[in-house]
Amino acid sequence: MIRADLLQRSRLEGLQGSKSADRVPAFVPSDNRLMTRSRRLNAVGRNVLRKEGIEKVTGTVRYIDDLSFPGMLHARTIRSTIPAGEIVGIRLNFDTDGFTIVDHRDIPGRNVVALIEDDQPSLAARAVRHVAEPILLLAHPDRDVLRSADVEIEYRQTPPQYDAGTSPAIFKTIAIDKGDVEAGFRAADVIVDGDYRTGHQEQLYIETNGVIAVPDPAGADHGITVYGSMQCPYYVHRALKILLGLPDEKVRVVQTETGGGFGGKEEYPSMIAGHAALLAWKSGRPVKLVYDRVEDMLATTKRHPGVIRHRTGVTRDGRLTAMDIDVLLDGGAYATLSAVVLSRGVLHATGPYGCDHVRIRGRVTMTNTPPNGAFRGFGAPQTQFATEVHIDRIADRLGIDPVRIREVNALRPGDTTATGQRLGADTSALQVLREAVKRTGFKRRRRQLSRGLTPGSDPSRTRPLRGIGLSLIFHGSGFTGGGEVKLASRASLALTERGARILVASTEIGQGTRTMHAQIVAETLGIPYDAVEVNAADTGVVPDSGPTVASRTCMIVGRILQRCAEEMKARLGRMTPKQYLRAHGPLMITKEYERPAEMRWDDAMYRGDAYGTYGWACDVVELEIDRDTWEVKPVMFTSVHEIGRPIHPLLARGQIEGGSAQGLGYALLEEVVMRDGRMANAQLTNYIIPTTLDTPPMDIVMLGIPYPHGPFGAKGVGEMPIDGPAPAVVNALRHAGIDLREIPATPERVMRGEVSSFES
Amino acid sequence: MLNGRRTRLDVHPMKRLLDVLREECGLTGTKEGCGEGECGACTLLVDNRPVNSCLVPVAHVAGARVMTIEGLRGRHPLQRAFVEHGGAQCGICTPGMIMAAVAVGRKPALDQIRTGLAGNLCRCTGYEAIYRSVMRAR
Repeated sequence: MIRADLLQRSRLEGLQGSKSADRVPAFVPSDNRLMTRSRRLNAVGRNVLRKEGIEKVTGTVRYIDDLSFPGMLHARTIRSTIPAGEIVGIRLNFDTDGFTIVDHRDIPGRNVVALIEDDQPSLAARAVRHVAEPILLLAHPDRDVLRSADVEIEYRQTPPQYDAGTSPAIFKTIAIDKGDVEAGFRAADVIVDGDYRTGHQEQLYIETNGVIAVPDPAGADHGITVYGSMQCPYYVHRALKILLGLPDEKVRVVQTETGGGFGGKEEYPSMIAGHAALLAWKSGRPVKLVYDRVEDMLATTKRHPGVIRHRTGVTRDGRLTAMDIDVLLDGGAYATLSAVVLSRGVLHATGPYGCDHVRIRGRVTMTNTPPNGAFRGFGAPQTQFATEVHIDRIADRLGIDPVRIREVNALRPGDTTATGQRLGADTSALQVLREAVKRTGFKRRRRQLSRGLTPGSDPSRTRPLRGIGLSLIFHGSGFTGGGEVKLASRASLALTERGARILVASTEIGQGTRTMHAQIVAETLGIPYDAVEVNAADTGVVPDSGPTVASRTCMIVGRILQRCAEEMKARLGRMTPKQYLRAHGPLMITKEYERPAEMRWDDAMYRGDAYGTYGWACDVVELEIDRDTWEVKPVMFTSVHEIGRPIHPLLARGQIEGGSAQGLGYALLEEVVMRDGRMANAQLTNYIIPTTLDTPPMDIVMLGIPYPHGPFGAKGVGEMPIDGPAPAVVNALRHAGIDLREIPATPERVMRGEVSSFES
Repeated sequence: MLNGRRTRLDVHPMKRLLDVLREECGLTGTKEGCGEGECGACTLLVDNRPVNSCLVPVAHVAGARVMTIEGLRGRHPLQRAFVEHGGAQCGICTPGMIMAAVAVGRKPALDQIRTGLAGNLCRCTGYEAIYRSVMRAR
């Protein structure tokens, strides 16, 4: 139970915001103008208490597995055990009495998980393209009986394709050209080549995927409601309509409290929701389908592995004259969001550097492995890993400092990107770089450590090797290209007696959506933060605000809400909400996304303003390497982020710290071992994510340079923190004498890297 | 004793303590993250020591004092600190994390916190906000 007095106290403090705000250290350098100004603002810039915070710390908040409905059945998915082939026969070796059994023939609508290509069946009919592909669904009131049901499937196998590089099945290619890359190479003094590889990564939200489907009482025109853990209720809504052949109003999707997403609950919930819905539709009873950890890891999407080739022309003093970049992503068995992941990948492939002559070729291909999909960063961690390690190698080759080469080439306001986007005043690559270098004493520290690395300085070789490295990255906020225009997202604000209620489809998945949106609305209306309520993300009530992805929830949806609040404030005039409601009745304001007037994008040519704007960041990692075990231990992590103005500094900092830890896992620990198309380490015992003992102390800084089209100057923050750690780690390893071009940097790879570096 | 109350249950002795709490006792604050004792989301206290309730058959706690997140009744200083200092993001690891932090004891040093929480995975925070919460709880 929530104690009433605790709740009361928290409300009071949320209202005043002062006590908790004063106790947290300043997250922005003290000379920053914005921080000073923010003290005058009512809610924005303050660390108000998270809307659902009390419920989370008392364990009273309900996640999907905490919910139950009368007469509810439990469900299980029968999956393929082969990577490629055909289903020849299915035998049910159990007493089917009391079971609900669904296969592809039970699908009332189209057998697809509707997304972009509609190539992925909800249930395999005949062809199988990957291990763990769903074939059959079972439901039963008793979980033990359900678990003991034995299903045997006979297949005719065909040779699987595991190599994305030679796969003839291409999901998408993208070409970006700027200037004349051959002329750029002719102008170069030195040309540097390099191949870089990144592995799969599992999102590893601590709450596994799960849903409950509840059918309406049977009738001529009954519908269905699906509750579940998800990022994008309207993706699920659309997929269910197509799968079940139902109109809009017969399908309702309600997000339940979600225990982490990281992209892993962007498109996958459409699959699991479809399965529960099919069983509920057939049985006429509520059906719960919650994966256990092993199933979640075996079957659901992961980050696309990548192979990125760079060929770069550079002058002797470090200026880039030509960048020729080839990006290959492994899409897995179905298209999912691969085309869009590739898009973000190639749009970030140059890193935050200016170059007049650029050629980028990207492709994502099919392999017989479980489909890869959305994961925080969405293609950019792969391509920027390659660029940042490559830039350090170029600096090494030229004998110049890694800071200097970045200073020379970093994008500045007024520069153009590979797509010809002219960058605005909020282009902060140099600021974040300089702040990070200054804060860490990077150059001095690097010299100190280098001295320790000179041959003969430690003849016994007992001390761990030490190195320090950095990365400079950028990340586009919002959907790619014309995506935001196509989405045409909407948000609503309803007037209440106390203040206002927010109605958006944007989901709270831990990042602080409810809190941050309520701050924007409170600030705009000039009312207390606690007078703003946030409705559940329920498609029966809220408009389609687009998906909760792409670092867009604050900058894009938050801005729409701000415009709703501006109009509400104008309508209220000098009346209180209560007076207005009495005089005029209910007031609901809905607004749609408006493209900033100067934004242009040509999707056919891949030219123009790829994103509304970009965030900028510089990460510095110092690490040590055990000479016996080759384990790498980061000992200090510093990150300087420029994300516009943080609406809630503590939440924004939480995004940076959490994303950085996830990025360090990507760099060092997290290896998905694929054996015969199957994840061989699909459990937490041997898929290792960072614990408290693997995560170094973090020094996080946010510079606030306001973006004029974001709410109160805010940009996106969610994804960028995961882009920088991996290249910073690998650059620190190079500094310590270990030449790696691949992550994760497991002890085995580090050991091999040392040998090759001493040979070269 | 369950959360300070004498409790009698008629369940299969080999049923996981986690399932008994969630399904028989209606105490859903204790979460399952992995089912193999790796993630710590199901952490609770048995005789004041933290255990993974997904690995414990209920028979093992006969006669013992079991304390779950519900047993803190929203009164523990750690609970308030986790809200104030951003220690809870998505919240799914939070009950287990708080119970593990209770077992670390009062006024711990950072090293003690790191070691005491090493069996509890959090994917959202990078742990920094959790350290701040535990250190500032009072």
